[in-house]
Amino acid sequence: MATNQEEVKLLGSVKSPFVCRVHIVLKLKGIEFEFVDENLANKSDQLLKYNPVYKKVPVFVHNDKPISESLVILEYIDETWKQNPILPSDPYHRALARFWSKFIDDKIVAASVKVVHSVGDEKEREKNVEESIEALQILENELKDKFFGGEEIGIVDIAAVFIAFWLPVIQDITGLKMLTAEKFPKLYNWSQEFLNHPIVKENIPPRDPLFAIYKAYYDSLIASK
Amino acid sequence: MATNDLKLLGGWFSPFACRVQIALSIKGLDYENIVENLNSKSDLLLQSNPTYKKIPVLIHGDKTICESAIIVQYIDEVWKNNATSSILPSNAYAKAIARFWVSYIDDKFFNSLRYGLFAQDDESKKKYFDELEEVLLKLEEVFNKLSEGKGFFGGEKIGFIDIALGCYLSWLKVKEKFTGTKMFDEAKNPGLVKWAEAFSAHPAVKGILPETDKLVEYAIAMAQGLAAAATAAPK
Repeated sequence: MATNQEEVKLLGSVKSPFVCRVHIVLKLKGIEFEFVDENLANKSDQLLKYNPVYKKVPVFVHNDKPISESLVILEYIDETWKQNPILPSDPYHRALARFWSKFIDDKIVAASVKVVHSVGDEKEREKNVEESIEALQILENELKDKFFGGEEIGIVDIAAVFIAFWLPVIQDITGLKMLTAEKFPKLYNWSQEFLNHPIVKENIPPRDPLFAIYKAYYDSLIASK
Repeated sequence: MATNDLKLLGGWFSPFACRVQIALSIKGLDYENIVENLNSKSDLLLQSNPTYKKIPVLIHGDKTICESAIIVQYIDEVWKNNATSSILPSNAYAKAIARFWVSYIDDKFFNSLRYGLFAQDDESKKKYFDELEEVLLKLEEVFNKLSEGKGFFGGEKIGFIDIALGCYLSWLKVKEKFTGTKMFDEAKNPGLVKWAEAFSAHPAVKGILPETDKLVEYAIAMAQGLAAAATAAPK
């Protein structure tokens, strides 16, 4: 059965910053895909079949071949669909892009998650906020152009959608300030440019429903302490 | 003399530095091997990796590259030579699968091994080593699927996953000495048992993995240091 029909599916959830990364890249490259909205409290058989190791979203499926882990997915998409590349072509700059994308996950996302979950333990929370700020400072120092990718958004910018969109939501809910224009002028400006990018603008989730979901989760955390 | 202007800031005890050494060995590259003392890090290390201040760091001319998995991919991309020395598969999907499993190894395998080895109490030790057993069962499955009977995760030749997991073999031998149980259960992980032998004997790997006795001494000193820090540090 020969067909030119590529089957491209993204299993995800609108509230996930990791799914958002993949969503943005697919739109940036003009790739048609089916979005499967997963209920993470009641995971589909499909999700469990395609990501048995972690049972998480996003899962990207190309012609029935599944890939998990957002940064792995992003590289796969970039290698398979060459238009509007998100990784540089030379090995050294690719290594740097990989380094900073991983840094965002290991240091910034991780610290922010700890900030949220350490509600109730002031000392622990203070430590996590400090870690978050240190990591943001490192990224602030690293930013040299309009975007991390230069004149155009690249994989690091896309990985950093968490910082541009999700971190401010976390800040509003917890009342904590980590990314501010005063402390991190370059990063703050970057976030505004990034969120105004024509593709990004259309593909981040609506803020109010996201805020409501995260607030409900946060309230339940507080109640459990 | 390093003809490619390559320096590796590493350490014989570090599985991550070993990964880079193996990659350089596969490509037949000369380099200057600088062994760091982690209790007294060199200025060069602190300048080259200000973000993490960790080894390994590859210095290639005026470029510095950090994080072992990233360094290995860099080496593979710069020295594309020929198919027989390629580390990552050429097919995009196979590459993604390799990257996924390397990420899994660095997360699940590494954490259960190191927390198990240095856990202060028996209950924690058991928890982490039980987790490690689960991880090894998973990796046995992966090995059987990806090797297609050819001996390595990369098939006929060692690849990204082989290097990422193989660098831990000496540390698994340390676990053997510490716990008295074999690093791979022959009944549950027969594939990994054979793989470990083949990997260790591979020409690109020989001489790079540290000797068990030397590493055991190092691990004991590490454990003592951690125990002292745990009792001394206030909460």
